[in-house]
Amino acid sequence: MAIDKDTAGRVARLARISIPETELESLALELSDIVGFMEQLNECDVTNIEPMTSVTPTLLKQRMDLIDDGDQQKMILSNAPDSREGFFAVPKVVE
Amino acid sequence: MESISQLTISEARDKLKKKELTSLEITQSCLKSIETSKILNAFSVITPEIALSQAKNADKRIASGDAPAMCGIPIGIKDLFCTKGVQTQAASHILDGFKPEYESTVTQNLWDEGAVMLGKLNMDEFAMGSSNETSTYGAVINPWRSSVSEVPLTPGGSSGGSAAAVAADLCLAATGTDTGGSIRQPAAFTGTVGIKPTYGRVSRWGVVAFASSLDQAGPMTKSVRDASIMLEAMASHDRKDSTSSNFPVPNFEAALTGDIKGKKIGIPNEYRMDGMSEEIEKLWSIGAEMLRDSGAIVVDVNLPHTKYALPVYYVLAPAEASSNLARYDGVRYGHRAKLKVNDNIDEMYSKTRAEGFGKEVQRRIMIGTYVLSAGFYDAYYRKAQRVRTLIKRDFDKVFDDGVDAILTPTTPSSAFPLGEMNSKNPIEMYLNDIFTVTVNLAGLPGISVPAGIDVDGMPLGLQLIGKPWDEGELLNTAFVLEKALKFSDKPKKWW
Repeated sequence: MAIDKDTAGRVARLARISIPETELESLALELSDIVGFMEQLNECDVTNIEPMTSVTPTLLKQRMDLIDDGDQQKMILSNAPDSREGFFAVPKVVE
Repeated sequence: MESISQLTISEARDKLKKKELTSLEITQSCLKSIETSKILNAFSVITPEIALSQAKNADKRIASGDAPAMCGIPIGIKDLFCTKGVQTQAASHILDGFKPEYESTVTQNLWDEGAVMLGKLNMDEFAMGSSNETSTYGAVINPWRSSVSEVPLTPGGSSGGSAAAVAADLCLAATGTDTGGSIRQPAAFTGTVGIKPTYGRVSRWGVVAFASSLDQAGPMTKSVRDASIMLEAMASHDRKDSTSSNFPVPNFEAALTGDIKGKKIGIPNEYRMDGMSEEIEKLWSIGAEMLRDSGAIVVDVNLPHTKYALPVYYVLAPAEASSNLARYDGVRYGHRAKLKVNDNIDEMYSKTRAEGFGKEVQRRIMIGTYVLSAGFYDAYYRKAQRVRTLIKRDFDKVFDDGVDAILTPTTPSSAFPLGEMNSKNPIEMYLNDIFTVTVNLAGLPGISVPAGIDVDGMPLGLQLIGKPWDEGELLNTAFVLEKALKFSDKPKKWW
C-alpha cells in the first residue's frame, strides 16, 4: 500500500520528528518504497503459525519485587541538558 | 614483525606470560598506530590515560601470576557500549556529550579480566547501516584498497570502526555488535574474524539498544582462536539483562581441537542468489571442499523461508528501534534543540529529534512507527513475527536432521566505494544483510572467517552458522576452515 503525504505527516507526528511540509512528499515516496518491499510477506502462508515473541524458548527470569538500589539523583541528572533543584527541567506543560 | 600492535591476542598473551613483552609496551605501540592512522577515522575517542593506567595494572597482575587470558590486551570498544565517564554516543548527534555514569556488563567483564581500553570506535549511527556512512563522526575508511583504484572503500557496518581498527592493527581486537550482520559483514570486508553469539549468550545491559530481540555483542579479532578467547571473556549470565542466559560459559579455546571428522555441514540451496558473483560462488565451493577434506560430511539443506528474511527484518528491527529510540527526547541526556519562547514540550521533542537523528535513523523510526500504528499492526508487525517463527523452524529442522553447521558466503560482494549507496534506494543497502539477517532472526551463533581475495585484491568472507549455545563447536569448525584457507593477507599500508 502506498503511503501518501498525509500519512507520512501523521507518522512523523507520531514519531515526534519535525519534518518540513516541503519534504513530506519525498518522505512519502521513500516510505512507500520500503513498505512495498515488505509486501512480499503477503505471499507467505502463516495459517496457524504463532507469532514469535522470544527467540529462545526459556521463560523470562523472575525476582522478588524489592528495592535494592536508589538514591542516585545526582548521577541520574548528570547528563541532563537542563535540570533544576533536583529535577529534569522542560518547557511549561500545564498552563 | 613491523609493529607490536600486529600481534594477535593469543600471541600477546604468550609473550606476556613469558615476560618477553609488557602490556605497557603493547599498549604504547597501539596508541602510536592509532595516532598515525587518524585518516581512517576508526576511533571516535582515544583514551590514552585510561589505557596506560590499565596496562600498568595488568603488568602488576601478570607479575603476580594472576593473569586471565585477556589480561594486558589492548582493545577498542564500539561506541555503542556505555563506558563510565567516557563519551558514548552511538555515533549519533542526539547523544552529544553523553558520558555514562555506569559501565556496560560486557566492558566490565573485559576490564575485570584485565583488558586495556584504547578508546571508542566509530560505527553507523545507532548501528543502523551497512557502510559506516551514517555516523555523526563521518565515514570510516577501509584500510584495504582495491588493486585497481585508490577510491576509498567502506569497511562495512555497523561495526566499521571496529573492523578497520583490527584490520589496520590499531588494536589487538575490538568489541562489535550485530543486529542483522553488523559484526560479520564488516569482518568479511576487512579480512578479519567476527562472531555473533547465540542470542542471550552476552549481556545487553549498558549496550545502547537498537532492536532488542536481535541485538547481540561479540568480538572482532585477527584469528578464530582470538575470537574464542575474547568471547569467553565477554559472555556471562547477567541479572541486569532478563534475556541473558544462565547456561554456563564453556572454555571456548579448549573447544579448538581441529577435529571435525564426521560433522555434518549443510549448504543451503536458497543462498545461491541470482547475480551472485562467480568468485563468491567459487570460494563457497572451495570452503565446502576443504571441510570435506578435513573429514566433514557436506550435505545440501533447504531453508525455504530465506527469501522472507529481509522483509521480516525490515519490519521488526525498525519497530523495535522506534520504541527503543523514543527515550531520546532532549530531557534526560544528549542534545536538546534550541527552542523559541513559546515552544511547548511537544515542539521540544520534535525539534530535538529532527536535529539529533540522522536521515537513516529517522527513516527507520518512522517505518517502525508506521508498522506499529493502529490499523497496520496486524498486517505488518504481527505478520512479520509469524514469518520469523517459520524462519527459525527452517533452521530447527535442519539441525534436527543432524546438521552441525551451515556454510554460506558472508556477503554478496566485497567492500564497495564510500558514497556508492547514496544514489541508490535504501533497499539496495539493506540487501547487504541478505546472508546474515536470518541468523539474528533465528537467534543463532554465526561467524565470518576471512576466506580469500577477489580479482580486485579485496577480502571476502565465509560464514558458518551453528546450533544455539554451541559456539564451541562452531568456533572449532571455523578454526578448521581458517587453517585450511590459510588466509594471511594484510592491507598494504597507504595511510
